[in-house]
Amino acid sequence: MNPAEKLAAQSEGSIRGANAARVTLSKTITACLILLLLLVLTLFATSLLGSERLPALASACALSTLGKYACGLSPNQAAILFEIRLPRILLAGAVGCSLAAAGASYQALLRNPLAEPYLLGISNGAAVGTMMALLFFGGYEWSRPLLAFSGALLATLVVYRLAQGRAGASPERLILSGVIVTTFLSSAIVFVTTMLDATRIRSFTFWLLGDLSGTSSSLLAVTIFVAIAGAAFLAANARSLNLMMLGERDAFDLGVEVTRVRLIVFIAASLLVGSSVASSGSVGYVGLVVPHLVRLSLGSDNRIAIPAAAICGAIFVVVADTVARTVIAPRELPVGAITALIGAPLFIYLLKRG
Amino acid sequence: MLKARNIIVNYGSRTAVADVSLELRPGEITAIIGPNGAGKSTLLRTLNGGLTPASGEVLLDERLLSSYSRRLIARRIAVVAQEAELRFPFSVLEFVLGGRYAWASTTAWGWETEHDLDIARRVLRETELEELSGRMLNELSGGERQRALLARALATEATILLLDEPTANLDLAHQAAMLSLVRSRCDDHGTATVVITHDLNLAAEFARHVLLLKEGRTWAFGPPTQVLTPRLLKEVFAINVLVDGHPVTGVPRITPVHQASWESGV
Repeated sequence: MNPAEKLAAQSEGSIRGANAARVTLSKTITACLILLLLLVLTLFATSLLGSERLPALASACALSTLGKYACGLSPNQAAILFEIRLPRILLAGAVGCSLAAAGASYQALLRNPLAEPYLLGISNGAAVGTMMALLFFGGYEWSRPLLAFSGALLATLVVYRLAQGRAGASPERLILSGVIVTTFLSSAIVFVTTMLDATRIRSFTFWLLGDLSGTSSSLLAVTIFVAIAGAAFLAANARSLNLMMLGERDAFDLGVEVTRVRLIVFIAASLLVGSSVASSGSVGYVGLVVPHLVRLSLGSDNRIAIPAAAICGAIFVVVADTVARTVIAPRELPVGAITALIGAPLFIYLLKRG
Repeated sequence: MLKARNIIVNYGSRTAVADVSLELRPGEITAIIGPNGAGKSTLLRTLNGGLTPASGEVLLDERLLSSYSRRLIARRIAVVAQEAELRFPFSVLEFVLGGRYAWASTTAWGWETEHDLDIARRVLRETELEELSGRMLNELSGGERQRALLARALATEATILLLDEPTANLDLAHQAAMLSLVRSRCDDHGTATVVITHDLNLAAEFARHVLLLKEGRTWAFGPPTQVLTPRLLKEVFAINVLVDGHPVTGVPRITPVHQASWESGV
């Protein structure tokens, strides 16, 4: 190797080294495309599974025509695929996307890997909002996501204020504030539940733990739209969040409009939590498990972590819900039970690692 | 460049900075010294717009600092404060590239350009962190992290540097290297620097002016030879010091003398 070649190889090596140490646009796009492909495969595979197994080829054909041709599926099978499974799976995807993107953003904003909508009581705030909507504006479906959003935003602000100590918010203080808000709101939920009649109590309790079975098509459309738009909006603020992860004062010094970013991210994340709770109850730990695993494999940079967490969140909840509806079929588990089963041990691990 | 006129900063009912004025000129290093709680860091944060003075004004190029956007201020003024919080792992390169934030386009995600990368590589070389650029920040030693903080501040290409105890975690060699680097920035780029330090000898060696603060007030201001005197230092720090000339450089050399040895010596 002559000196010029050697130099070229060296500089190439150092550039490669530099790229390995940071996230680039092409790396982000590649990762997101691969994950999207995985999501599509997951959506397809899980739509075949259930108490009635559907033939793969015929279903694939029917799905690719968006239901125009049955491709050999019986009318019964087509109804199961398009009217029962697909809406539910799409809802699961939207909820997972919302919660994971919101979780990743809360973590960045609060500089705390343990921050999670469910654990901070934000999901409970949204749940109280939803119940209020059901109790007082039962006829207006739109009131549910709106009040859920308001509840989530209010809970976020309360937790944030409570956690601010003299020396800023420590992770432990934040979690404690979350526990306080959660228990307070839980008692509010219990209070409202007891005002309901006995038959609705059971479905309510089920809903509180995350129930993806009962949603209308208009609410589904809203949830999907909010999930995609909200996650994209948060990803667009990712570079500011990167700096805020290292301390608000540093971020301010480096040119971040800290107050503005904090406010709009809180609002966007609350909107995501609100719409997902309004349509499916509180599915816990998604916002903890998914961003953690994403950061572990792709790094802390939010420009890749937020979009990747959004897609992985969708995959995670779709799979968890498939487990929930098949493992003791024909009966069902709430999907929140499955996600908590995975999430709680991870939370303990993260807490111990400190 | 940057001018503070009759700044008063209050924390609730307590006055942290009382009627301090300071003017930074291109290429000059100004050291701020004083005991703990004298208002040094508060003054520094006010110079950057991080704190709003109750009265008085801060002017950047003859315009009120508060009339600039955060981005524009960050392109002109860089701060090296105490340690960053490290609850999430970032590589040294990613951390230093954070200094390019104020120059990024506001659309899309604001990805770094080749130009940003060139600047990051250059400051990493200058701060002797090149080898560590792929390492995670939380794996570094305290001194290496401190250098990363300086590297990030230099990456902003700001012409005003505000340094809050930049040498606190550094060994002797790196202290000198860091301040030499800052000084060459001042000489080559006309950068104006304010440095808070507890090391009076470093202040004597590197600063053009020294601002001595006591209880938020300007106790003395001037060249090191006029401010770093036994009388003034005794008044402010309540400690006896011996000041002689450095045998090599001739700048004032300050040696604290403890009460017991003072009495036995006198």
